[in-house]
Amino acid sequence: MLEVINLHAGVDGNEILRGVDLEVGVGEVHAIMGPNGSGKSTLAQVLAGRESYNITEGRVTYEGKDLLAMKPEERAREGVFMAFQYPVEIPGVSNAYFLKAGLNAIRKFGGLEELDAVEFLALFKEKARIVDMDESLLSRPVNRGFSGGEKKRNEIFQMAVLEPRLAILDETDSGLDIDALQTVARGINTLRSKENAIIVVTHYQRLLNYVIPDHVHVLIDGRIARSGGKGLALELEARGYDWVKEEADKEETHA
Amino acid sequence: MSQETNTTIESLATKEYKYGFETEIEYESFPKGLNEDIVRLISERKNEPQWMVEWRLKSHKHWAKLHRSDAEPKWANIKYGPIDYQDISYFSAPKKRPKYNTMEEVDPEIRKTFEKLGIPLQEQMILAGVAVDAVFDSVSVATTFRETLAKSGIIFCSMSDAIREHPDLVRKYLGSVVPYTDNFFASLNSAVFSDGSFAYVPKGVRCPMELSTYFRINAKQTGQFERTLIIAEEGAYVSYLEGCTAPMRDENQLHAAVVELIAHDNATIKYSTIQNWYPGDKEGKGGIYNFVTKRGKCSGKNSKITWTQVETGAAITWKYPGCILQGDNSVGEFYSVAVVNNYQQADTGTKMIHLGENTKSTVISKGISAGHGQNSYRGLVKINKGATDARNFSQCDSLLIGDQCGAHTFPYMEVKNTTARIEHEASTSKIGEDQIFYCKQRGLSTEDAVNMIVNGFCKEVFRELPMEFAVEAQKLLGISLEGSVG
Repeated sequence: MLEVINLHAGVDGNEILRGVDLEVGVGEVHAIMGPNGSGKSTLAQVLAGRESYNITEGRVTYEGKDLLAMKPEERAREGVFMAFQYPVEIPGVSNAYFLKAGLNAIRKFGGLEELDAVEFLALFKEKARIVDMDESLLSRPVNRGFSGGEKKRNEIFQMAVLEPRLAILDETDSGLDIDALQTVARGINTLRSKENAIIVVTHYQRLLNYVIPDHVHVLIDGRIARSGGKGLALELEARGYDWVKEEADKEETHA
Repeated sequence: MSQETNTTIESLATKEYKYGFETEIEYESFPKGLNEDIVRLISERKNEPQWMVEWRLKSHKHWAKLHRSDAEPKWANIKYGPIDYQDISYFSAPKKRPKYNTMEEVDPEIRKTFEKLGIPLQEQMILAGVAVDAVFDSVSVATTFRETLAKSGIIFCSMSDAIREHPDLVRKYLGSVVPYTDNFFASLNSAVFSDGSFAYVPKGVRCPMELSTYFRINAKQTGQFERTLIIAEEGAYVSYLEGCTAPMRDENQLHAAVVELIAHDNATIKYSTIQNWYPGDKEGKGGIYNFVTKRGKCSGKNSKITWTQVETGAAITWKYPGCILQGDNSVGEFYSVAVVNNYQQADTGTKMIHLGENTKSTVISKGISAGHGQNSYRGLVKINKGATDARNFSQCDSLLIGDQCGAHTFPYMEVKNTTARIEHEASTSKIGEDQIFYCKQRGLSTEDAVNMIVNGFCKEVFRELPMEFAVEAQKLLGISLEGSVG
């Protein structure tokens, strides 16, 4: 589904990703872990199409198409979704209106009929249940005055409505208390299917107690230093990131 | 912002004014220049009574004095070259001047113009029940629903007709809120006003439909001087909609309208405007100079006047629709969205003059600046000695798009009664790249994202507009700001 080959990217000549290789197959859940500043969020944002990053080398193929050649909205319409680490506030625009516009843009692109207000409301109510989201949040301005937990739930709620084929969750677990974490994890698990793929970007292992990944990758200094199964996440939790870094440095010296 | 976005912005910014075209209709224009003879000629051509020509002459005399002493207002935060008032033709009218009962009788050329403007006039009349007094340049060419309105005793007609058919009302109220000595542009208008709308709603009558007029400038180098007068008698209610678009021009065109509203005891007047005059090209060349004086008088107790304006057009906008709150418990409201893009300049706001006891006023102003546009809010809240327990709430929000534009706020407060309560809130925000990216990541185009954010910003004003106008206002905002994200 997604193939990242030797991806280099940065901001203002400062290289953050230094040759990322990653392959994500349909039906899989991948966890990208790593210490602060390792480039996790950069990878998520580059895949979503954030224009402030310059891509200097490498390529990304998504369902056989050149992902990097696509505008952010084209990626979204092709089924790429990113749950934001810091969801953005849009005053005066209701959550429901915002999402309705997005969903209809995506449906239109896919040759589907746009949904009317009644169909929307039914869909929204159904999806809001998945993340236990208070329906009153639908009529409030996008993320405005939402608590940290509400914002993150809202991201997973949007994911539930938009039904992406590839979802990238950028530190969706950060800032959540244990109850909210479980709710969000339940939402992600409900949406996990054989037809889609999910990339979970996280600093901590705790979300992975609830969302069991098929693959775990450790990103260090802009490169994937180690990949493994779910056991790797537990090992990281126990031993920290330094040993991975040391081993990676060793390998580099030998190479 | 990235290279790609900038390119999109530039390509979008070059979109031309959507309503730029001319209609070929035969015109009769006066020679350029302004003097007593021209004033007399205007009055004569319109078959006006003697009192009217005298009022015009008095106004002209006053204006000429102001002109000689260089009394054109200079305090606004706008820049423009000198206007040569002798290089303007002060009257133009389509040569054929028949009267119509239905739209079908109207000149096909004119009907085509309305269609190009995207104003489905007939459909609107039928579906929305809007009586449209269509002003094409200076002369009314179609007046509809007059009969229905007449049944309730409502008079809705052109100002020219009102002067001839209802001289007592016009004489009583014309200049009673905006005297001909009020300011330079009001004096000019009083001398040479061409036409406009007149509405009179008698005691206890609730006007059964929205009254609407579409103005349109369509003759080269012809200033347009509209004059509107609306009177709501005791307990009456009327909602009036004014919308305008103008065709593309190279020369600057002067537009100096005057609107006067009078609300008696327990009467309510709602006056809504969408202004979309030609704003000039993206270099700042051409465009309409919109110097307008609009004022309402809440002369009766418990009366209410609401101004709602969406100003997207004109090279320069200079207008301060105000309320004189004379009657006890009277209410004045001002809701405004002003958009400037490219080199547009707007200096707009309101004046709330509290005279009566327990009077209330609300001011909600939303200024949007893009391109090299300069947007100023200028508002006066004045509480006079007798205005015990007066209250005012003002909120002025500015939204910036890009880093070449400007937003300015000039609030003035004069309080002479210690019981007054005045609140003023102001904010300035910028459309952020993160907001745009968030929308795009959910499948929206840059344009749709900007429209959504801007419409969200203006929501409090748009909800004051009648339904069909709210839709048009959103469309206009989109057109005005196309490609301005930066």
